Amino acid sequence: MGTAFDPSPRPNPIGGVGLSRQMQASWAFVERNFFLVRRYWGWEIAFIIYNITTSLSIVYIGKAQQIEGQDLILYLGIGTLVWSYLHAVFTNISEMISWERWEGTIEYTMMAPISRLTHMLGVSLFSILYGLVRSVILFFVLAMFFDINLSNANLVGALTLMLVGSLSFVGVGIMAAVLPLLFTERGEAMTFIISSVLLLVSGVYYPIDVLPGWMQMIGQFSPATYVLEGMRATILEGESTSNLWQFLIPMMIIGLLTIPMGMFVFNTVEKFAKRTGRLKRSG
Amino acid sequence: MRTMDPPNITPIDDPVIRSIDPASDAMVVDHLTKTFVRKTLITRKTLQTIHAVEDVSFRIRRNEIFGVLGANGSGKSTLIRMMSTLITPDAGSISIFGYDVHKDEAIVKRLINRVSVEASFFKKLSAMENLLYSSRLYGRSGKSLRRDIVEILSALGISPDRIDAPLEQLSRGMQQKVAIARAFLTSPVMLLLDEPTTGLDPRSKKDVQHFVNRLRDEHDATILLCTHDMDEAEKLCDRIAVIDNGRMIELDTAQNLRTRVGLEIGNPAATLEDVFIHLTGRSIEELEIPAEEIVA
Repeated sequence: MGTAFDPSPRPNPIGGVGLSRQMQASWAFVERNFFLVRRYWGWEIAFIIYNITTSLSIVYIGKAQQIEGQDLILYLGIGTLVWSYLHAVFTNISEMISWERWEGTIEYTMMAPISRLTHMLGVSLFSILYGLVRSVILFFVLAMFFDINLSNANLVGALTLMLVGSLSFVGVGIMAAVLPLLFTERGEAMTFIISSVLLLVSGVYYPIDVLPGWMQMIGQFSPATYVLEGMRATILEGESTSNLWQFLIPMMIIGLLTIPMGMFVFNTVEKFAKRTGRLKRSG
Repeated sequence: MRTMDPPNITPIDDPVIRSIDPASDAMVVDHLTKTFVRKTLITRKTLQTIHAVEDVSFRIRRNEIFGVLGANGSGKSTLIRMMSTLITPDAGSISIFGYDVHKDEAIVKRLINRVSVEASFFKKLSAMENLLYSSRLYGRSGKSLRRDIVEILSALGISPDRIDAPLEQLSRGMQQKVAIARAFLTSPVMLLLDEPTTGLDPRSKKDVQHFVNRLRDEHDATILLCTHDMDEAEKLCDRIAVIDNGRMIELDTAQNLRTRVGLEIGNPAATLEDVFIHLTGRSIEELEIPAEEIVA
C-alpha cells in the first residue's frame, strides 16, 4: 500500500528486522492478557479469594495436625503456594487455544504473520508473570494468618527452583494446549484432567512415597514433584543453592525435552487442524 | 454528512510488501480442491464426504475487486479460509503476488488480512485494546499506533467516546467497522472479505461498501469479496465468479453475465439474481450448513 517495489531476493519475515517484530508480537500477547485480566476483574477477585480460602483451609488442617518437631504449616503452605503458581502457569498456557476459540479470535491469531514460537513465548511470559503475582498475594495472606518462620530458608535457591520449574511446566502446558486444537469441544476438559493428575501425583500436600508405586512412577515425570521437593528442602531445611542440582537437573531435562517436543507436537497438530478444518471458532 | 474515507495511516515499512512485483497477478487459484471427510472415532469408517471446493481456478488482477457469489454452504468460506492459510488444500494451489499460500505461508500471512461475517473480537476488550493487540501482531507499535487507531475508527464513524467501551456494548454494525479497521491497520495488499455486510443495517452496509471502494481506489488494495448479496456484488465487483456446490460455474463482469443470461432466458432486463437462479437452479437464500461445520 503505497510502498516502492524492491525486487530483492525472497524476504524472510521472521529474521532480521522481523526478529524485533516477533519480540513485539510476543509482547502483544502479554499486553492483551493483561487487558483481559483487567476487564474480567470480578472473576480475578473471585479466583484469588477461592485460591486464598482453599489454601488457608489446607494450611489450617496442618495447624490442627501439627506434631512436635514438624513444621506441617510451612510444609502445606509451600505446597499450596507452589501449586498455585504452577497451576496458574499450566492453565494459562494450556487454555490459550480454547480461550481464543470461545472468544472467536482463533482464526485471526493463527493467520497473523508470527511464528508459533513467538505466540508461545508471549503466552508463557504472561503466564509466569500472572502466576508470580498470584503467588505473592497468596504468600502475604498466608504470612498474615500464620507465624511463618523463614529464618532457616534459602530464598535465592527457592526462587531459582521456581523459575527453572516454570520452564518445565511451560513445556507440559504447550503439549496440553494441543488438546483443544485437536478436540474442538472436549479438549479443554482433557487439560483439566491433566492438571488434576499432576496435583495428585506430584506430592503437593504429602510426600509422594505415600502413593502406590505406579503413581510414584508417574510422579517422577511431573516437574512439580521436583519443584516441591526442592522448595521444601530450601525453605524447611535451608538447603544451599549448590546442593539443589538433584532437583534442578531433572527439571531442566524435563524442560529441555518438553518445550521443543511441545512446539513440535503443536506445529504437527496445527497442520492436522488445517487439513481437517478444525482451526475455527466455537464460541 | 460524515465521510467514510480511509485515513492516511502510517504505512508499515515491510520488506515483504516491498518485494511484491507490481506487474504480477494479485492471486492465482489453480485447480483448487478441498474435501472434508467425517469418520467414526474408533473404526475410522467414513460417515460423510463433502466436496467443499472442487477444481476451482481463477486469477485476480492487482487492484481488482473480485466477487465470489454463492449461496451459504456453496464453498465460499472454505475458499477464503484456504486463502487465509487456515485450511490446507487437498489439491491445487493458491499464490498471492507470486507467493504460494502453503509453501510461503509466513510471507503470505504478511500480505493478507481478512474480514469475516462474524466480527471475531475479545468481546470484553475495547476497540482500542483489540486493535492494539492485532496491530502489534503485524509489527505495528509506537505512539503513532494509538493515533492511527483513533483516526481510522473516527473515519469509520465510531465516536471517540466509544473507542474504550467493551466491544460487546457496540452494535453489530460498529463491531464490523472495527473489524474493517483491524484489517486496514495492517496495510494488507490483498484483503479477503467474507460476507462483511451480512446482518448490517442499511446505513452501516452502505458505509462499509463505500469504505471498501475507497480502499481499492486510494490504497492500492486488491479485494476478494465473498458475498450472497446480489446488489453488493454488482455495485462493488469488477468481475464475479459464481460458485455452487464447490464448483465455479461462471466468471465474468456483472454486465456480461446479465446480458448473456438475459439472452438465454429471453429477458433483456435480467438481474444478477436471475443470473444466479439460472446458473445454479436455486435461489441464493437456500441455506446450507458450511462443510467444515458438518464434519468437524
